[in-house]
Amino acid sequence: MNLFLEAWWWLLSPEQYVGQGGIPQRIGEHLYYTFVAVGIAAAIAIPVGYFIGHTGRGGVWLVGIAGAARALPSFGLMLLLVLLLGVSGRDSAALAALVILGIPPLLAGAYAGVQQIPRSTIDAAKAQGMTPWQVLVSVEIPLSLPLVLGGLRGAVLQVVATATLVAYVGLGGLGYDIIQGIPLRRFDQTIGTALVIVVVALVLDAVLAGASRLATPRGVRVGRLGDVRARS
Amino acid sequence: MDWVLDNVALIISLSLDHLRLSVIPIVMGFLVSLPLGWYAHRYAWSRGIVLTTVGLLYTVPSLALFMLLPPVLGISMVSQTNVLVALTLYAAAIMVRNAADAFASIDPAALRAATALGYAQWGRFFAVELPLAGPVLLAGLRVVAVSTVSLVTVGVLVGVPSLGYFFTDGFQRRIVPEVATGVIMTFLVAMALDAVLVLLGRILLPWSHLAIASRVSQRA
Amino acid sequence: MRTTLMTGLALAAGLVLSGCATSEDTSQTEAVVVGSQAYYSNEIIAEIYAQALEGAGYEVERKFQIGQRDAYLPELESGAVDLFPEYTGNLLQFYSPDASATEADEVYAALGEALPEGLSALAMSPATDQDSYNVTAEFAEANSLVSLEDLVGVEGLILGGAPELEERPYGPAGLLETYGVSVEFDATGDVTVDALLEGVVTMANVYSGDPRIAEFGLVTLADPQGLFLASNVVPIVSSDMASELALVIDPISKALTPEGLVALNLQSTKDEMSAADIAAGWLEANGF
Repeated sequence: MNLFLEAWWWLLSPEQYVGQGGIPQRIGEHLYYTFVAVGIAAAIAIPVGYFIGHTGRGGVWLVGIAGAARALPSFGLMLLLVLLLGVSGRDSAALAALVILGIPPLLAGAYAGVQQIPRSTIDAAKAQGMTPWQVLVSVEIPLSLPLVLGGLRGAVLQVVATATLVAYVGLGGLGYDIIQGIPLRRFDQTIGTALVIVVVALVLDAVLAGASRLATPRGVRVGRLGDVRARS
Repeated sequence: MDWVLDNVALIISLSLDHLRLSVIPIVMGFLVSLPLGWYAHRYAWSRGIVLTTVGLLYTVPSLALFMLLPPVLGISMVSQTNVLVALTLYAAAIMVRNAADAFASIDPAALRAATALGYAQWGRFFAVELPLAGPVLLAGLRVVAVSTVSLVTVGVLVGVPSLGYFFTDGFQRRIVPEVATGVIMTFLVAMALDAVLVLLGRILLPWSHLAIASRVSQRA
Repeated sequence: MRTTLMTGLALAAGLVLSGCATSEDTSQTEAVVVGSQAYYSNEIIAEIYAQALEGAGYEVERKFQIGQRDAYLPELESGAVDLFPEYTGNLLQFYSPDASATEADEVYAALGEALPEGLSALAMSPATDQDSYNVTAEFAEANSLVSLEDLVGVEGLILGGAPELEERPYGPAGLLETYGVSVEFDATGDVTVDALLEGVVTMANVYSGDPRIAEFGLVTLADPQGLFLASNVVPIVSSDMASELALVIDPISKALTPEGLVALNLQSTKDEMSAADIAAGWLEANGF
């Protein structure tokens, strides 16, 4: 309990919030890596996921690769890439490792999102005279949104957690104060930073949950049946 | 390549350590999540609380959890216990929600039939509910297994050696084959555990193949 | 089907129990336990101690790569680890962050006093592995740099090193106070030397035992004001085993020279040899 009090004092002292290496700067760095990595991953994974879900081809392939990519340890991958790209490339190396981490959940979300749309709905849209592009934009994307956003939420969660490790190659972020604090035996710093990381992750998750709910079209929300089975 | 050949013994020994450090949290997390998931499913009012609490746990990054557990539990930061408890918590975090969904996915008619046949509460759980929840539980376990194997590597930052040792030592000494070996072996351990789980699924739940087959034929 | 389910659960339980069993170390009362840091150079020295002890008839158990001082020092104090290679200056700073000693013998004496009950330092070695500030040969020539004093007035200095260097007394704050030199800091960690060579940083904290100083012709800036503490290799032992182990380890410490240590490190990084092979080679070459 004592250590938590010390951490609390550390968090409350104003010097942590100003200047070089202050908490706001670390949060900013951390969010930078998270959003850029997830952004790139989404730009790659969502179109691919839609394509495979839409055309129905390569589904098994996809599941296999996504599953295998999940098994790659991001920490090791990042260090390997830094070794290969050199110090001046450590930014790209870290981002690459985080992008690879973020792709599987986004890919799975996009694929499942499109896959679960009943064929009849798409057929109805086509019967009304919609072009393939209109079907995509007016029907498939909105109806797949819940699952895609679920995938996005999963990806952000994974990446925000793993981004703590980019500090190991000196890129800053919230992990920096932990990695610095361990050899210095500054447990108020390590525990205080850990608490900050938890809060940031929770806030991000809550924001995404809220955004997910807002972005889901009203029709989709209403159409979801209650979980009748759970009752017995 | 020379490095790999020179260090085969170390590679094998650290892989086994890694396997052990992965399996314990997976099994413990699974065992802990079964009653919690079942409870959350059975008593709908608790579902929100349990799942939210567990979900919060999962958002905590591993390095942060390694810092927070020692003062709370009174253990050393640099102990295996710290890493094992943290990883068990992550495994449970995923599995509790998965277990709740698994139990919710069982057809209530089957449960009523079991009761009609004379199964009492516990008997019905082990003989009917658990097996029927099996396929979904297995899917969740596979995700947990892969995630746990990857997280074990971070333990090297708090002095718990595993295949993660090859990451930091290889990085320090700038030996690319060493870091690459660490990545590849971790990947292989994860794939191996996944294969074992699939095999276990085939042995323990042989009928789940048929269920999938019939579902597939429906779609076409 | 129920039996297969039960068998499956039993199998799982068995795996867990066997895992728990193997995770407990069965400590043998007769074996000497030698530990090392998560630093390849330290591991080589520890391996030398281990093999020397085995040569003298002891049974040795190795516990290498224990990451932090927080981890292995309690182990040393409790007797779970008996022998550990350390560095006088760094260890002194760990126990007394405000220590003022900087000369090798001063540091060694201060360390002896700072060590807790139950730990002793054996004779230290001439070999050092201490923090030092280095620049590339080109940079030194361009700015006529020989010692840290010459850095005053040089523009755009960026210092690279481990994240904790930022807060060390000999870090940026110490540079400013002792030499009047102000630097920016970049936490380059394990890629510090590469960062220096690639120009990402202009000066770097490189351990004096790092073979890359010689390999890349880096210039170690002199430290006339004693910013850094001397840090010699010193074996730390559980006090009750001190006199016994000193018989074997003291001659080893004496034989380990600064150049010798650098050569050992080179074998690890350049030749990618394992600690065991390097240690065996050194012991043979030095007549042990």
